[in-house]
Amino acid sequence: MLAGKIMAEAAMQEGRYVTWLPAYGPEVRGGTAFCMVIISDSEIGSPYIGEADTLIILNGLSFQKFKCRVKKNGLIIANSSFDLEDDPQNARVLRYPFTDLALKQGNIKVANMIALGSYLGQKGTVATKTIFETIRRMAPAGKKELIKINKQAFMQGLRLA
Amino acid sequence: MINNLKRVLMTGNEAIAEGAIQAGCGFYAGYPITPQNELIAYMAAHLADSGGVFIQAESELAAINMVFGASACGVRAMTSSSSPGISLKQEGISYIAGAQLPAVIVNVMRGGPGLGNIWPSQADYFQATRGGGHGDYRSIVLAPSTVQECYECMPLAFSLADQYRMPAIILSDGMLGQMMEPVLMRSHKPLAISHKPKWALGNSKGRSPNVAKSFYLREGDLEKVNLLLQKKYKTIEAKEQRYQGQYLDDAKVVLVAYGTMARIIKSITHKLRGQGKKVGLLRPITLWPFPVQAFERLALGKMAKKFLVVEMSAGQMLEDVKLVINGRSAVGFLGRLGGGMPSEEEIIKNITSLL
Repeated sequence: MLAGKIMAEAAMQEGRYVTWLPAYGPEVRGGTAFCMVIISDSEIGSPYIGEADTLIILNGLSFQKFKCRVKKNGLIIANSSFDLEDDPQNARVLRYPFTDLALKQGNIKVANMIALGSYLGQKGTVATKTIFETIRRMAPAGKKELIKINKQAFMQGLRLA
Repeated sequence: MINNLKRVLMTGNEAIAEGAIQAGCGFYAGYPITPQNELIAYMAAHLADSGGVFIQAESELAAINMVFGASACGVRAMTSSSSPGISLKQEGISYIAGAQLPAVIVNVMRGGPGLGNIWPSQADYFQATRGGGHGDYRSIVLAPSTVQECYECMPLAFSLADQYRMPAIILSDGMLGQMMEPVLMRSHKPLAISHKPKWALGNSKGRSPNVAKSFYLREGDLEKVNLLLQKKYKTIEAKEQRYQGQYLDDAKVVLVAYGTMARIIKSITHKLRGQGKKVGLLRPITLWPFPVQAFERLALGKMAKKFLVVEMSAGQMLEDVKLVINGRSAVGFLGRLGGGMPSEEEIIKNITSLL
């Protein structure tokens, strides 16, 4: 959810049209969650995504649930720290151990930033500079120490690509 | 007055709350329910900073009656909820309409009937546009279709409610409430609230006391009040119709949709126009008064031959379209129920069959 928000916010700063749609059902009370982000040069109709250009998947259950929801020849970036089912056909799948990498960085919560970095390393949808500005702006007051580790995690992801 | 414009990524629910605060909302009472919780949460966090009063009420009934009281005292007052909670508020809305007081009520619609589910729906159209509570009354109903419009419709809702002294309803839905989009925002300074209205309750020293009531026992009195209300509604029907048209001049098929459905139709219309297909969009912004003038023009014009109404309901706005078209053109319908939403493919298939 946060990785999606950062990407949407950064794309907005770069003057693009964006929508961000969260899972707001029982998911938010435990279990898996997801969000759908659309970045476009023209006005966006539905914020709902049937088949995505790219899926960033951080756990095994979500991989099972969403792996078929990618366009033909689309990209899936998956967290191999969890057991994942077989890759779907017709999609390019990149597997990285985001959770293990985050633990090595000293904070399991930055797995999403590493994943976001690896995605932008592949796609370059928004500039790293804008992502850094967004992370800085979104960090809650009094928790500015989080900026550094999130940036570090993002950079590590970027280098994976 | 517009200075310091900035873009902020926010949900439709938050945009409504921020729009209300900037419109000078002085009182909010509400009770939590998904999918409108971001609205009440935003009000809890920010309304007091702007000098307003926030109350998390013990129930929806309490909330709407607190709004009744605050409004009677001349304060810009609002409440919000989602479908089941809005049903609970109907008695209060009818009383507010009867007492001729302004109030803004936000309904972030979810699937029904009953407790239903938490997914987006447009099945409360009848409830909003036909009254919902008892008695011969109307509410002004506005339907935003983007998060930007969620923000912008609030000052309009408050000023229309004030001008006509009646309830104004914002009909949003779970999708619009939950999604984030950039909002171009004006300065954070709320509008200055004008002097206390002449009809408001308060210290009546030097004038005859004001009364806010909807109870008239003397023979003939209630009919007089009703005739006054009807006269007011006629004025509103003549003056306050709002809609957005797109590609209407040469459209062979006119799609009719509001809110979330309209934004989806809008992008489909662009796409089909790119393929040379003559489709257009008529998006009612005021659901009451229904923009009949726009439909009249199309019905009298030469080009528009067919209408297709698309809703997340079993066909509620459809009835208003049929009433105005009155058999002069074919009116088709596409809808999904109980939190479902027509897919792009489904919509295009239906349009193509009409072309």
